[in-house]
Amino acid sequence: MRPVSEAEVAECLRDAQGAVCIRGGGTRGFSVAGEVLETSGLAGVRLYEPGALTLVVGAGTAVAEVDAVLSAEGQRLAFEVPDLRGVLGRTGASTIGGVVAANASGPRRIQAGGARDNLLGVRFVDGRGTVLQNGGRVMKNVTGYDLVKLLAGSWGTLGILTEVSLKVQAVPEAEATVVVQGGAEVLTRALGSPYDVSGAGWDGRALVRVEGMAGSVAYRAQALRGMLGGEVVTGAASAAIWAGIRDVAALQGLQGALWRISVKPTDGPKLLAGLGMNHKALLDWGGGLVWLVVDDAGDAEAGVIRGLVAAMGGHATLMKGPAHVPVFMPEAAGVAALTRALRNKFDPRGILNTGIMA
Amino acid sequence: MQMPRPDATVLADKARIVAALRAVLPVDAVIDDKTATRAYECDGLAAYRCTPMAVVLPRTTAEVSAVLKLCHAMRVPVVPRGSGTSLAGGAMPTADCVVLGVSRMNAVLETDYENRLIRVQSGRTNLSVTGAVEADGWFYAPDPSSQLACAIAGNIAMNSGGAHCLKYGVTTNNLLGVTMVLMDGSVVTVGGGYLDAGGIDLLGVICGSEGQLGVVTEATLRILPKPEGARPILLGFDANVVAGACVADIIKAGILPVAIEFMDGPCIRVCEDFAKAGYPDCEALLIVEVEGSAVEIDEQLVRIKGIAARHNPVAMRESGSEEESKRIWLGRKSAFSAIGRVADYMCLDGTIPVSALPFVLERISAMTADYGLRVANVFHAGDGNMHPLIMFDANKPGDLEKCEALGADILRLCVDVGGCLTGEHGVGVEKRDLMGVQFSPDDLEAQMRVKDVFDPGWLLNAAKVFPLDVTAGRRAG
Repeated sequence: MRPVSEAEVAECLRDAQGAVCIRGGGTRGFSVAGEVLETSGLAGVRLYEPGALTLVVGAGTAVAEVDAVLSAEGQRLAFEVPDLRGVLGRTGASTIGGVVAANASGPRRIQAGGARDNLLGVRFVDGRGTVLQNGGRVMKNVTGYDLVKLLAGSWGTLGILTEVSLKVQAVPEAEATVVVQGGAEVLTRALGSPYDVSGAGWDGRALVRVEGMAGSVAYRAQALRGMLGGEVVTGAASAAIWAGIRDVAALQGLQGALWRISVKPTDGPKLLAGLGMNHKALLDWGGGLVWLVVDDAGDAEAGVIRGLVAAMGGHATLMKGPAHVPVFMPEAAGVAALTRALRNKFDPRGILNTGIMA
Repeated sequence: MQMPRPDATVLADKARIVAALRAVLPVDAVIDDKTATRAYECDGLAAYRCTPMAVVLPRTTAEVSAVLKLCHAMRVPVVPRGSGTSLAGGAMPTADCVVLGVSRMNAVLETDYENRLIRVQSGRTNLSVTGAVEADGWFYAPDPSSQLACAIAGNIAMNSGGAHCLKYGVTTNNLLGVTMVLMDGSVVTVGGGYLDAGGIDLLGVICGSEGQLGVVTEATLRILPKPEGARPILLGFDANVVAGACVADIIKAGILPVAIEFMDGPCIRVCEDFAKAGYPDCEALLIVEVEGSAVEIDEQLVRIKGIAARHNPVAMRESGSEEESKRIWLGRKSAFSAIGRVADYMCLDGTIPVSALPFVLERISAMTADYGLRVANVFHAGDGNMHPLIMFDANKPGDLEKCEALGADILRLCVDVGGCLTGEHGVGVEKRDLMGVQFSPDDLEAQMRVKDVFDPGWLLNAAKVFPLDVTAGRRAG
């Protein structure tokens, strides 16, 4: 199925006889059963107001096109969309709807929020084939329940996104990265400073980014260097470091299963120390986001990893690995019951991206 | 304001219900005396009042759970209440309800600077969250005008904003997790010290659900290190449309001030008369505040002054001291009380795309004149969240009704230009009956199905948010 309008999406879902697998750019690292419904027919810019920092696009629009449209006006998506094709071993072109459905956010998550925080409105079709809208295109909106947040990160299980409205930001004139040979505790100190850090990652070195006006960036980079030591990298060299963290470049080409783990920042290094197995790791979000490659034999260490993460508080998603291991970490009973009931309301026949997030 | 007819069975059962509440709560935590319950008859939307059947003031999550379990079993409606500062009637009682106030639950449970978070009981006031960490150089960013009084529970229920959310976001962007009690008494923990949900983002829909999904008893909040300094600049213009264009240019230039506040001519004059803040007599005024070290502030203000200069400002006054900064903010912060001194007023809260600002201000002015009323505008211009204050005379028959009709017309205008009914105050009872302007019946049905999941019996704050005729088949009462 390849609907080219919202009405056609609704028709497809009303007529669906069984499971539907929603496909944006086909860059997802795990497979979903069902008849494929492609969203590429829902592409295009609907409204772009640079002066209001808002962009409304069809959900099937390629991220590359969104980037091009914004960069022509000196703007960008604040949440730094990761390009995980390399690390997931996928080809294809990510769509903005897919990014929103996965709530995929890069290093700037800690300062500018994630995809969910930059999503102003959605149009979508639920599992009944009903066209719905929520939110809008303004920065502040508390009218009715926030289904926008509910849809962000729902991986297509509540509805098929047809149009998304996003908050955008101006590309700052400068950026700089303080590179420190040290552990993740450096990131904690940086994030506790008043210097408005917009990236705090660790790839064997501690990396701390600031962005903004040229004078301000120079001032803050020096202040951080004074506090943390290390050296300051600016301009394209700084940008390249963060593209690498964002896209998990250091773990590309490795054999094994890929985990994406969200914990409290100080728990990230503790988790790695407690693993007791061979692994390669990269930290982002001040230590709160752990990217991990482990052997993909057996359960890809799901038992150990999820046991540790559950004890700390957090969640571990298997982005690429053996098909028999659940991609999403089981939730606590109370939350799981609410989630199941919500899915049942939006998709009573259980046809949308079934079998995930159970 | 229409409210559902109180449930006669519940009212008749009052003695038994109160006795049951007394059996599960400490003696001082249940109020059923006619005089004492009157203190809870309204919230910040004081035009509408209704004394509740009883009030409970629990101190722990377990006590909240016991109350809800009991009310659930006896089918008693419950209205949760933070500090009662809602401007939308979010905490307004019904005659057959138990008001569940969380004001006694105000402890700080955990402060963790390494992970930039604080965990508090939900009755703690917004400003005292910052108060708990500011000596160490930290703050909690969302800053609604009522922050001295309003509770975190209410902030979460309404997804409250504030003047500084242009840079830091609103409550939902600063909320990491909650402990919440459902109407059946079960306790769920959603989120925590980590970012983003591992499954469906329940926290995202809980925030802003106006106390209809559960009673939040604990919250994990993002705290941030305080910036080195802040400085406002005051810019005066001879027309709204010019000030609007200046706002758009500042935003487009990629400067992100922490606040851009806007006041129109009528508002400037009333505020100046009251607060003597030294505002210039002009038609539109912007207060733009930037943060950072002195060097960084200078850099941003040079840029902002350059942009403003292209719009022929009639006044441009950069603060040179802490004292001057206070004076610049004084008029803005006392705007509501200044207007309240000269007239009764109704405060609207629609949001519009920033680009529509000049058009909407002009239309509001024309519509107000048609109704024979007066309006003053003061609002968060950077994000298009408007607060037209419609002035009326409560003692003049028909004036309140005229004011309400004009308010509804203005909110319809906000939706027409691509905006929404409420940017930060919430729907409550106030905007309940206008929801059909912004949402289709299907859209409302989808939202109500979410409530069906959390509160299948529709006992929790059920007369709010959705038009009464739409919820009639679902509500208990």
